[in-house]
Amino acid sequence: MQVGTGISILNGIAIGKIKIFKAPTYEISDSLVEDPIPELDRYEKARVKAQEQQNALYKKAVKAAGEDSAGIFEFHAEMLDDDDLNDSVKSIIADQKHTAEYAVKQGFANMAQMFKEMDNPYFQARSTDVIDVGNCVLDILLGNDTESMQGTEPCILVAEDLAPSDTVKLDKSKLLGMITREGSSNSHTAILARSMNTPTLIQCKQIDDSWDGKFAILDGYNSCVYVEPTQDLIDTLTAKHNEDLKKEALLKELKGKTNTTIDGRTIKVFANIGGPQDIGAVQENDAEGIGLFRSEFVYLGSTKEPTEDEQFEAYKRVVETLAPKLVVIRTCDIGADKTIDWMNLDHETNPALGYRAIRICLTRKDFFKRQLRALLRASAYGNMGIMFPMIISVREVREAKEILAECRRELENENVKMGNPQIGIMVETPAAVLCADELAEEVDFFSLGTNDLTQYTTAIDRVNAKLEPFADSHHPAVLREIKMTIDAGHRHNCWVGICGELGADLALTETFLRMGIDELSVNAKSVLPLRKEIRSIDLSKPMSEKAQKFMNYLK
Amino acid sequence: MKEFTYTITDPVGIHARPAGLLTKEVKKYASTFTLTKGDKSADMSKLMKLMSLGVVQGDTVTIKVEGPDEETAAAAVEQFMKDNF
Repeated sequence: MQVGTGISILNGIAIGKIKIFKAPTYEISDSLVEDPIPELDRYEKARVKAQEQQNALYKKAVKAAGEDSAGIFEFHAEMLDDDDLNDSVKSIIADQKHTAEYAVKQGFANMAQMFKEMDNPYFQARSTDVIDVGNCVLDILLGNDTESMQGTEPCILVAEDLAPSDTVKLDKSKLLGMITREGSSNSHTAILARSMNTPTLIQCKQIDDSWDGKFAILDGYNSCVYVEPTQDLIDTLTAKHNEDLKKEALLKELKGKTNTTIDGRTIKVFANIGGPQDIGAVQENDAEGIGLFRSEFVYLGSTKEPTEDEQFEAYKRVVETLAPKLVVIRTCDIGADKTIDWMNLDHETNPALGYRAIRICLTRKDFFKRQLRALLRASAYGNMGIMFPMIISVREVREAKEILAECRRELENENVKMGNPQIGIMVETPAAVLCADELAEEVDFFSLGTNDLTQYTTAIDRVNAKLEPFADSHHPAVLREIKMTIDAGHRHNCWVGICGELGADLALTETFLRMGIDELSVNAKSVLPLRKEIRSIDLSKPMSEKAQKFMNYLK
Repeated sequence: MKEFTYTITDPVGIHARPAGLLTKEVKKYASTFTLTKGDKSADMSKLMKLMSLGVVQGDTVTIKVEGPDEETAAAAVEQFMKDNF
């Protein structure tokens, strides 16, 4: 057995024969031509044809990998329209009397070199795009047929490097996995591999021509490839692979389906996110909306307070991308375990019960207003909910709403367009539960933050491992509080959801449904398993034993 | 001549795909567009030149628009920058 290691692009496993993929070498003579006119003509024709090819690849990639990843081919097509690049190729032909092939190789290599010398890794990685496009033009000039290089049976492809256009040209039905010696995780090939869901290993320095035709397993979880693996490895990894396939099947089976019980009750299953970077996972897992968008990322990722405009752009991006889905954004929840230098917060002996979240916002009004103005502006671009954290009293909600109204008046005077976001609060303190009736009159929705609620109700610090024997995530007191909150909300036309970790706890799904919950917001990867659970429950039948136990707490 | 400045908020800066769309956008107008970052400038209809400036998040760039349709062109491109970068 041989083992190769590299950087894994996707957590997945590929099992099959290796096929060494040899890209053409593009060895081109530097002989000169007498008359440059026919060469200029050949270049122009090849350039136009290459551009048509890139446009066709764009369409193919949109289908295989989605609009975002496919965009690179739009960029490639536009590159072929670039005056500077074309002029440099043409001048190599016209002034130096070289062939079209030589001029393309040289002209594109010069341009690639410029990118390679840039400081930023993203721009450096674009040099491969330039070479890729140049090679497409060369393939046309030289009459290379790259599509036949994949072979006829399903295989794990091993190559020195793969260009984005190589990658997308590959027949996916015969592609189990990809391994390359070169490549960066920033490259568009990696991006394409990710969206095509193909296990891929890059920077695998051990690859060898002798691997051709050998049986291998690519283990994306552990970033390695086993060539001629032992039986033990085959068994373990085949089992893991089958598990993955089951998960994928679940995804296929449940995508686009509603979260409806057998007897016809439908609730909403939303996702929790920490920033715009999570949007992909939300869409992939088919969440119906965002139940908790933690706005802290705009503060934590910055060395000074982000401006209103910066915040607006970040919120707008999420709201606009996911429209018309609801996106609930929680206002600043800094404090306790999340602190930031530029906020100059005092050190506290008991931060969980200290100066945090809404308590900071209501005392630093200008700071709060910058976020609220940004949120109101972004609300024009989709369907938004604004949620205030750490509420213990009606007074706080009224004050927060008053400041929000003040921001709205200001923006109206500035003729800025706004939407009509829903207003809600986190119910994460026992005080909020006990005042839920009064609070519900003030807002459109409640979202139960079960992590903090459990911590404050049971007086158990959730990060203290010593307390584990005393902790009970299904504590009767917490389940009673959840029921009280749901009932109080419903008495005042207020929808009630859960955005804490308990929402994804499948042992409680039936109980929550019987309590009357309207929405569960969970990590993106829990959305579909939760949907499966909901669709297996029949509320018209007698309760399961588990649910019976929990519902007994409420008596 | 019209001129405006813009600070890039996109985490990757003026990157491949939107840069390609940007050059397409400016080619719709008769005006010429120049983007300046620090002491370097690029004609915005030229994709490779534009990308060679290596404009990243947090950079403030100045965009100069000159030509018969500069009013509408500048407004449209300013909006494009806000939407994409």
